[in-house]
Amino acid sequence: MRAVDGVSWDIEEGETVALVGESGCGKSVSALSIMRLLPEVAARVDGGRILFKGRDLLALSEPEMQHVRGREIAMVFQEPMTSLNPVLSVGRQLTEGLEIHLRMAPDAAHARAVELLGMVGIADPERRLRQYPHHFSGGMRQRLMIAMALACNPSLILADEPTTALDVTIQAQILELMRELSRKLGVALLIITHNLGVVARYADRVNVMYAGRIIERARARELYASPRHPYTRGLLRSVPRLDEPRRARLDPIDGQPPDLARLPQGCAFAPRCAWRAPRCGDAVPPLNAPVAGHLTACWEDERVAARG
Amino acid sequence: MSESLLEVRDLSKHFHVGGGIGRPSGTVRAVDGVSFTIRRGETLGLVGESGCGKTTTGRCIMLLERPSGGSILFDGVDLAALDAAQLRDMRRRVQVIFQDPYASLNPRMTVGQIIAEPLAVHGLVKDKSKRGGRVRELLEQVGLLPQHAERYPHQLSGGQRQRVGIARALAMEPALIVCDEPVSALDVSIQAQIINLLEDLQQRLGLTYLFIAHDLSVVRHISDRVVVMYLGKVVEIADREALYAEPLHPYSRALLSAVPIPDPKLEARREHIVLRGEVPSPLNPPSGCVFHPRCPMAEPRCSAQIPLSREIKPGHWAACHLV
Repeated sequence: MRAVDGVSWDIEEGETVALVGESGCGKSVSALSIMRLLPEVAARVDGGRILFKGRDLLALSEPEMQHVRGREIAMVFQEPMTSLNPVLSVGRQLTEGLEIHLRMAPDAAHARAVELLGMVGIADPERRLRQYPHHFSGGMRQRLMIAMALACNPSLILADEPTTALDVTIQAQILELMRELSRKLGVALLIITHNLGVVARYADRVNVMYAGRIIERARARELYASPRHPYTRGLLRSVPRLDEPRRARLDPIDGQPPDLARLPQGCAFAPRCAWRAPRCGDAVPPLNAPVAGHLTACWEDERVAARG
Repeated sequence: MSESLLEVRDLSKHFHVGGGIGRPSGTVRAVDGVSFTIRRGETLGLVGESGCGKTTTGRCIMLLERPSGGSILFDGVDLAALDAAQLRDMRRRVQVIFQDPYASLNPRMTVGQIIAEPLAVHGLVKDKSKRGGRVRELLEQVGLLPQHAERYPHQLSGGQRQRVGIARALAMEPALIVCDEPVSALDVSIQAQIINLLEDLQQRLGLTYLFIAHDLSVVRHISDRVVVMYLGKVVEIADREALYAEPLHPYSRALLSAVPIPDPKLEARREHIVLRGEVPSPLNPPSGCVFHPRCPMAEPRCSAQIPLSREIKPGHWAACHLV
């Protein structure tokens, strides 16, 4: 099964890029492979390169990779409770990375931990550091995850559905915090999400994934103003929106996402696509840029674009 | 027949927690003095964040929880006064569609058996040989094929499973369906399919829905009227258009402003109200207005007096001292 197939994307210093797609489209797998966190027995990265500041992460030895992981590239996961250790105090979890990666003395690490909690808006840090993850609410745990990610001053943070488990008002707080910190500290942020609204509010550039491939990429404003791929168009049209008058009926995409183990030949979206033509079933369309800076993988792109 | 199908009057549901060795005990006021009505044939949206009591309210209506106070009238009949036989009939007339269609379908039963079982239990189709026909009819109504009756839940996609859940609810020929987050576990491209299906069925069968959800854009699309809850209390009730065009309660305003809109240009110039802090524990709710510690407009009286729900405009109710 190819969970991710021929995916390329890039992110610049201090930039916020989004990877959007539905469950099983390969967006999380593509992030985990950057960190080389996929279980080796079950998964294999058998092709491609991951260049980080000019170095190929796939060619690094495991000790070298450990140096990158957490220190230069950090991750924030969807469910903070399962990514925190329930039997270690919050303070220990924060200082561990500092002592290992930055070889800080315990006192200095503690001082840095206090500073980090302040940075992510957790009040009374001294007391909080003595507590355990179950003392924290969902929003607070996600703040803690962000503090841990920031601990070693990484240049890139991979955030996998960072706010999906949170309530709307807390989601707004966390996203606002991440944006502010990434601006202030110049950290590049990759947000992996299925929520098109979150992307619109926070991303500079957007990659849309479907069935293990990137099918469209553009600057966020461009993508939302004139989506080119039929899947992106369908996705944007299928969600009810608060800024528009209510429509009598929603406009869903027919069918369902394909099983990655049994992908159809040709374009994976073809069975659900209203623009399907005979050649769509023959070969996978390449990611082309009909407009500078706006890439799309669709054989019928010209016909789709002409309809506006 | 009166206009309202269901009337919730001053409903409360309190849970006792703690009280173990060396632990203090307390009372969680999950639902505290909630009142609203659902009109025949309408969809009433119930929104709020986790812990606001929307699901507990739904469970009281479904007769899965016994209210601690207040009353629920279905077709003018108080649910608390029903005897066993009437209760059984009432359970048929109020059906539910759950959030997670996988957890709510028996993995050892085929789709056909899942839908046929309640038909037999409630004696709706007494003749065993006719049940298969009714099952096929129901599958067709929800957009599934007759051969899906032979499958097991794990052989279906999330969207198909939710369709089975809907077919099972329809099998009971209910008057009211409580939809508890029916699309939030589904993929974005599938959500619209299920929402359209629910709307079609409502028109065709004259159903009434209580639609519980946290996604405000979905609630606006499907509801005729909307109830906003916060920490066990109703803070605002209004017609859909009135609530979304002109939310009166500061919490409703913050909630609407927090929903990101899929349009970067609009997002860039939109005003965002980011609320301070988090939802307080219902074990120890704040004095006065429960929203006051997070409210950007709070005044001294807000922490002293509980605001009563008032009809600010015709049909538009809000519980706030400042509107």
